[in-house]
Amino acid sequence: MKQPKYNKKLESINIDMTVYRTMLTQKYKERKAYKRPDPKQIKAFIPGTIRRVYVEEGQKVKKKERLLVLEAMKMRNYIRAPFDGTIKKIHVGISKPVYKDQLLIEFE
Amino acid sequence: MSLKSKTSDLKKRMQGALQGGGDKAIQKQVAMGKMTARERIIALLDKNSFHEYDLFVEHAGKDFNMDKKHLPGDGVITGIGTIWGHPICIYAQDFTVAGGSLGYMHAKKITKIMDHAMKLKVPIIGINDSGGARIQEGVNSLAGYGEIFYRNTQASGVIPQISVILGPCAGGAVYSPALTDFVFVVDKISKMFITGPEVIRTVLGEEITMEELGGAKVQAEKSGNAHFYAETEMEAIEQIKSLMSYIPWNNKKPATKFPKKPPVTKDYKIDEIFPTNPKQPYDVRNLIRSITDDSKFLEIHERWAANIVIGFGRMNGETVGFVANQPLVLAGVLDVDSSNKAGRFIRFCDSFNIPLVTMVDLPGYLPGVDQEHAGVIRHGAKVLYSYSEATVPKITVILRKAYGGGYIAMCSNHLRADFVFAWPTAEIAVMGPEGAANIIFRKEIKEADDPDTVRKQKIQEYKKKFANPYVAAAFGYVDAVIEPEETRKFVNHALEISKDKSEVRPEKKHGIPPF
Repeated sequence: MKQPKYNKKLESINIDMTVYRTMLTQKYKERKAYKRPDPKQIKAFIPGTIRRVYVEEGQKVKKKERLLVLEAMKMRNYIRAPFDGTIKKIHVGISKPVYKDQLLIEFE
Repeated sequence: MSLKSKTSDLKKRMQGALQGGGDKAIQKQVAMGKMTARERIIALLDKNSFHEYDLFVEHAGKDFNMDKKHLPGDGVITGIGTIWGHPICIYAQDFTVAGGSLGYMHAKKITKIMDHAMKLKVPIIGINDSGGARIQEGVNSLAGYGEIFYRNTQASGVIPQISVILGPCAGGAVYSPALTDFVFVVDKISKMFITGPEVIRTVLGEEITMEELGGAKVQAEKSGNAHFYAETEMEAIEQIKSLMSYIPWNNKKPATKFPKKPPVTKDYKIDEIFPTNPKQPYDVRNLIRSITDDSKFLEIHERWAANIVIGFGRMNGETVGFVANQPLVLAGVLDVDSSNKAGRFIRFCDSFNIPLVTMVDLPGYLPGVDQEHAGVIRHGAKVLYSYSEATVPKITVILRKAYGGGYIAMCSNHLRADFVFAWPTAEIAVMGPEGAANIIFRKEIKEADDPDTVRKQKIQEYKKKFANPYVAAAFGYVDAVIEPEETRKFVNHALEISKDKSEVRPEKKHGIPPF
């Protein structure tokens, strides 16, 4: 049986304050650093298509007011304001496909 | 009609059925670099051992003009043959007949041979090469899949189940392989996914090829859905044969015993393989080979979660399941993937009465937000569960580091290892000396005039006192501290005297492992 092709280069990994020499996996190298979510940014919770935009930039909205319709898997989802605030920027347009976690709307 | 003419009529009918989808379809199959279903069966089984059944089964489709179509064997070949002289049940989907699509009778043939396997208590091997459900047969196709999944589940832990993916295996069809014990894939030929690139493109607007989505490499390296990866179909067939030499035919029978053979010690010298410095890596597979018969070791999931090594070897001629931390990759930490990999393997070995030998050298669990958010608590618990649940002989060899939760998880005395051996290089402690000294002596280090010197001192102090096997041995958590060269002797002795081991577990329907 063939030996697996590891990246031959040894690297370091710190576990409980001890540094070990070892190979790192692709998955480990590709892991994403954690970023604290910004509540002012409304992101797509599911990939889909924007079907309606209810608001304009600069508009004041109340909590739970409709902002967008995001259609995904044949379901229409209302995206609502998480709090009272002002729309700073709308990053999407009608009929535009959006991927998961794509920035849709920013609040001031 | 005379017997002779009846016989020649039979022969004619057989010849027609044996041609499968006909020359054109066969040429297409060959052009894709694939063997035909019958060629695959013949290559895998012992010579002239295949007995085919249900050759004359006709499909049951009535709608969409299907009643006017003839599909030889309804796109699947089933039968019984032998591997290493022992009978097995087998089915192979024939892509040349209606794309190997699964209709009512196609599924009936598969479930019938599965029922045979269960009655006869022999392994079942399924060769998958199918476009999926036969849409024309509607809900009957779905019923067919459901019947297969149900049988896969009933057979789990009773007979070994093997899936070979030699073509597409998409949609609901993938759940049969997922329920079986070992999945084999071949580069550029195997494709497995629940929803294909087409759906992903239309629904999500993402472009991806079949190969990128669920090709052999993806399943063997990224998802871990496949246990064995091969470059060619013939290589996969050799891998299956090799696996079959190690595993028992059912949960009541031991695996075939081979003549005892010593390890090839000149190629696997422990003092050359093994650095005593716990921060230095080495390939633990070489240590496994240093103690197994003929230094042979069949690795499973070689390309996935390589920070733990699992597979089969033989000790004194009998199959043993090895689980070992791999210091060469990610320092041998436990994480989500490696816990899943080990947990399932331990349960396979326990189900089929294969003793477990665990080799321990790990710094602990992999730290990280991604790990915590992926549920490393639940996944890590699978290792604890599987070891605690297992009643097969469990032998643990602690090589170097056995720190913290990792020490407990890796078949410690506390999870009822029958024998725990430790090398003099073992460090059984709550954590590594650096981490521990920094916590225990935090105040002294902080208040010292020269914190660095004091820190170093304290680390040394801790190392001297706790970084060894003797503290654990003093409590009886280690049964014997042994010379590394004596490992084979001790493990073989432990296996030998554990032959009639029996352990009673509380009566229950089944436990609830942390899926």
